[in-house]
Amino acid sequence: MSYLNDLYQEVILDHNRKPRNFRELEDANRKADGYNPLCGDKVTVYIRLEDDVVKDVSFKGSGCAISTASASLMTETLKGKTRSEIAALFKAFRSLVTGKSDATVKQAELGKLAVFHGVSEFPVRVKCATLAWHTLQAALENQQETVSTE
Amino acid sequence: MKTSRDVVSVDARPAARSVFNVYKIREDFPILRQKIHGKPLVYLDNAATTQKPEKVIEALHRFYSQYNSNVHRGVHSLSEQATEAYEDARSKVQRFIHACHVHEIVFVRSTTEAINLVAQSYGRKYVKSGDEIIISAMEHHSNIVPWQMLCEEKGAVLRVVPINDQGELLLEEYEKLFNPRTRLVSVAHVSNALGTVLPVRTIIDMAHRRNVPVLIDGAQSVPHLKVDVQQLDCEFYAFSGHKLFGPTGVGILYGKSALLENMPPYQGGGDMISSVTFEKTIYNVLPFKFEAGTPNIAGAIGLGMAIDYLDEVGLGNVAVYEQELLCYATEVLSTIPRLRIIGTAREKVGVLSFVIEGAHPHDVGTVLDQEGIAIRTGHHCAQPVMDRFAVPATARASVALYNTREEVDALARAIHKAIELFC
Repeated sequence: MSYLNDLYQEVILDHNRKPRNFRELEDANRKADGYNPLCGDKVTVYIRLEDDVVKDVSFKGSGCAISTASASLMTETLKGKTRSEIAALFKAFRSLVTGKSDATVKQAELGKLAVFHGVSEFPVRVKCATLAWHTLQAALENQQETVSTE
Repeated sequence: MKTSRDVVSVDARPAARSVFNVYKIREDFPILRQKIHGKPLVYLDNAATTQKPEKVIEALHRFYSQYNSNVHRGVHSLSEQATEAYEDARSKVQRFIHACHVHEIVFVRSTTEAINLVAQSYGRKYVKSGDEIIISAMEHHSNIVPWQMLCEEKGAVLRVVPINDQGELLLEEYEKLFNPRTRLVSVAHVSNALGTVLPVRTIIDMAHRRNVPVLIDGAQSVPHLKVDVQQLDCEFYAFSGHKLFGPTGVGILYGKSALLENMPPYQGGGDMISSVTFEKTIYNVLPFKFEAGTPNIAGAIGLGMAIDYLDEVGLGNVAVYEQELLCYATEVLSTIPRLRIIGTAREKVGVLSFVIEGAHPHDVGTVLDQEGIAIRTGHHCAQPVMDRFAVPATARASVALYNTREEVDALARAIHKAIELFC
């Protein structure tokens, strides 16, 4: 069960049961839909972007524990960050979940998001962890089409 | 759901059950001896693909190590041997589904290819603008998309028979869909996502009363039910070898010869011609007209061996055993709080789809895998079925002849573990 405990850390389980910022954002000026056809996970990310800074961010959707917790923790992390800071964070996060990062360095940089390190032991779940991030990126770039992980 | 007593009438002799020993059967499947994450493998993903008995694996090995050669061509000994084995496999398939003629058995890659063959050959010839094709609401994508492609090309219309909350086809609604423009009915024999056994005999009768031909997608039925295409009287029957304990990459299209004769080839190439000049090509006779290119020779031979294996075990015995196992599994899973079974038709085989309140199927699948249990999670290539039941995905346990009650118990224990973790 040790890999399993690594994957489903208490923080992740908690964010799955009680996702934060789980609502539509009424004054959002950016929005995008994401879809993972492999498992049917759907997510919509809402952003209020002002002068290149994320003032507020939220999400709606349905998905597995990994994708829900990932979206939830992502929204908690992003407020007040600039687009370039977010791009760097996504890069670090992707490295973490695909097992390509130098764990010690990146974990410090990622803060709370480091709880997703266990995903790297489950390659098929990487897309669950990154769906919200891909969707976020699409929202920031103002893409209209649904983002697919496939 | 059927009781085991009902199923005896399928094929089995009443005394047959005593000779079915699941533990002995398991010894025939080498893959089942292994451990996954330190736990004995519990393979419950049989609706996706089945495991192969030693006999089938040996047949593949024997072909490649002793008489690998191309078929229908050479005059040399190996080619003759390969041709004989390949054609022998065709005869086994003919007997297995009780087809009238051996040339009604076309080797293809898969059920998917068989359906595409009918859509592209029969469909393109006979379906015109404004015509209609009927499918059901519980089809696999492979029995939806080929028809959508055809409809788009021809300007034809796809009509869908709805299902009830148990996952049963609404026959009265089906009847209402017929009109003079109906050209074809194509439905599953058994639903891959729900396990429902469709009343294909009635479905075919109702279509025939209006002179409409019927294709039956048998991918999920052949490993569980005795199929007699003459008794069913369907025009086409499609299935895959790999869900029938045979190799991947080989499937079967059965078609009534009168229809196959009048259908244009699906693909052009070698083996499907009898003579070629640049002015004119004369197509080969059935079934070779539909078998362009070197076929999956080893796969066909392996499938023939899988049929031999099932003959030895007795499909009637299998049906009785599996029905009991499915009843047991349904009972056990029904007692788990928060668990809801999706697909509760009275007539079911093989499949138990379920969702757990508070635990996503994907997460359940991961927890089960850590316990050595292989199930399928997702939409099972049947997204319209998921939409019908308003779930994004399900977890699906599907049984075969080698599964045991102990494995069902292990499944239940692992589900409890998942519930503990997520809920």
